[in-house]
Amino acid sequence: MVLELQKPRPIWQIMFSTHHTDVGLLYLITSLGFLFLGGALALAIRAELFLPGAQIIGDAMTFNRIFTVHGTTLIFLFIIPFASAVGNYFVPIMVRYKDMAYPKLNAIAFWMIPPSGALIWLGFADFTWYATPPYSIISAPGPAADMWIFGLKILGVSSVLGAINFVVTILKCKHPDMSIGQVPLLAWSFLSSSLIILVAIPTFAAALLMLLTDRLGVSGFFNPALGGDPIAYAHLFWFTFHPEVYVLVIPAIGMMYEIIPRFSRRPIYSYGSGVFAFVLLSIVGFSSWAHHMYATGMSFTEKTVFMVGTLAAVPASAMHVFNFIATMWNGRIRFSTPMMWAVGGIALFFSAGAGGVVNSAMPLDFTTHDTYWVVGHFHLFVMGTIAFGSIGYLYYMFPYVTGRMYNETMGKIHFVMSFIGTVLVFFTQHVLGLYGMPRRIFDYPPIPEWIAMNQIASIGAMIIGVSMVIFLANMIHSSAKGEPANTDDPFGVGGRYYYPFEAKNPSH
Amino acid sequence: MAGHHSNWPEWIYIGIVVALMTWVGAEAWEVERLIEHVPADAEIIKVTGQQWFWTFEHEDGTKEIGELHLEAGKAYKFEVVATDVIHSFNIHDYVVLIDAVPGRVNTVWFAPDEPGVHDIQCREYCGLIHYNMRGTLYVEEPSS
Repeated sequence: MVLELQKPRPIWQIMFSTHHTDVGLLYLITSLGFLFLGGALALAIRAELFLPGAQIIGDAMTFNRIFTVHGTTLIFLFIIPFASAVGNYFVPIMVRYKDMAYPKLNAIAFWMIPPSGALIWLGFADFTWYATPPYSIISAPGPAADMWIFGLKILGVSSVLGAINFVVTILKCKHPDMSIGQVPLLAWSFLSSSLIILVAIPTFAAALLMLLTDRLGVSGFFNPALGGDPIAYAHLFWFTFHPEVYVLVIPAIGMMYEIIPRFSRRPIYSYGSGVFAFVLLSIVGFSSWAHHMYATGMSFTEKTVFMVGTLAAVPASAMHVFNFIATMWNGRIRFSTPMMWAVGGIALFFSAGAGGVVNSAMPLDFTTHDTYWVVGHFHLFVMGTIAFGSIGYLYYMFPYVTGRMYNETMGKIHFVMSFIGTVLVFFTQHVLGLYGMPRRIFDYPPIPEWIAMNQIASIGAMIIGVSMVIFLANMIHSSAKGEPANTDDPFGVGGRYYYPFEAKNPSH
Repeated sequence: MAGHHSNWPEWIYIGIVVALMTWVGAEAWEVERLIEHVPADAEIIKVTGQQWFWTFEHEDGTKEIGELHLEAGKAYKFEVVATDVIHSFNIHDYVVLIDAVPGRVNTVWFAPDEPGVHDIQCREYCGLIHYNMRGTLYVEEPSS
């Protein structure tokens, strides 16, 4: 067992360590730091949109920079590092190995994140997280745009190094007594998402280089004035980032697979279908990227192909939902904080998926595309599913990391407020999209429905904001002064808590 | 793998999901096929998006900036281009949406059925004044 905070060490010992739990702790602290930074930007956006006209953000350029950095931060500097934190802590333990396969590489992959975070935040680019050319080539101000490109370049390398490490750890370093069919579903989720990263990321890495040389004026890959095609960028971008959506969501689903059976006090309904759905999703995920591009002037045939590819991903996601419900069915469920987050996350995952079916149907997409519907839709995934699964798991691993218990009442208040807030913000944004409000706008005309919906969403965001302050207070206070946890069974659900495999792998 | 219990509820569930998705896909395919069929007599309107306003050119050479006057009961086909960055031409009330991409001509058509005033907006992020790249569509009584 690893109880960092009970045995205080000088911070440099953790920073220069290559041990998987130390690197995991670094990932954890970093990702939570960026969660609060990115969240603060979200509150600024919601405050600005509370009423038509300029509110707290004086001008459109600042607003555009804020939502760009908000998106980039929460996707690349919160969700991905948070998953890496969980993977670092638990994947080696689950496959019964002493560390990650390449500990130094692991530390290097982590230490690429702070400089790229600094590049993104010091630059504060304005071209959205999608950096669409030709705007990003001919119009976006430097050096912010260039700093963003370098920041993402470094993050891409970091992701690839991390993915290689997970794949090798799981496939080559697992205990010889353990077959691949015995590896827990959380580790399977890291295997699947890491394989997606290895296939998907290089494409965007290439596109980023082309974007940079285009900005420098030495090439014209995406610049129509020099014979290039901006739609080519869209293809390269979405070839990476639609599968990347699954990279983000699969580890969160894996975390729910740890929480749900434990608190239902039943084994998972079907381990096989969980594995199958992970593998299926990571393959089918590559057949749907251009559903982001129906409105770019694609032919009917292209749209049909990508609609079919998108709909094909639905059964795989639905299998997870079925698995969770079937596991909870007749279970002796204990609604501790982690379980509440996981169950709430499943409900929002289902809602997000249902909304996604609407987007993928070609004629309906022309109603929802680039409106607030889409903002609400993907936030139900990133906030409602991924952040809910991640925060639930954070509460779940809290006794493991600190040896102490968090405050259960504050944890539940955090959940209830966040759930209500999430529904208020993102369900409302779906409706706002149907009223036709475009995304990424600094100001809007005083249409009564738009004002009402924006105000509901902003109030919801403030509720989430307050709940996050409670969360932060709980984490800081409990990790220093919380009750010592019963580390064998901190949640009182029977069985043994975390995989106490002390035996080291004899073949390494 | 875990146990040997029968898994038929899951198969039924997957069957229902697959059937539902097939229905959604087939319906979407059919509707999209119908709405992409442009009437032969559709009048062509050239639409140009640039930072941060829309320009319209009628078949007779009349140009309008920020405003578009059309007649109810007629079909119109928009040929949408952009001169600088990507924009997205949108009349939300009529579900008219197509990206204006520099170097390409994208088309979309519609037939306003009754007189009225509707918003025209840009739905793809295009920079500083994207939020106010708006126009107005006036659908008027048929002249004949």
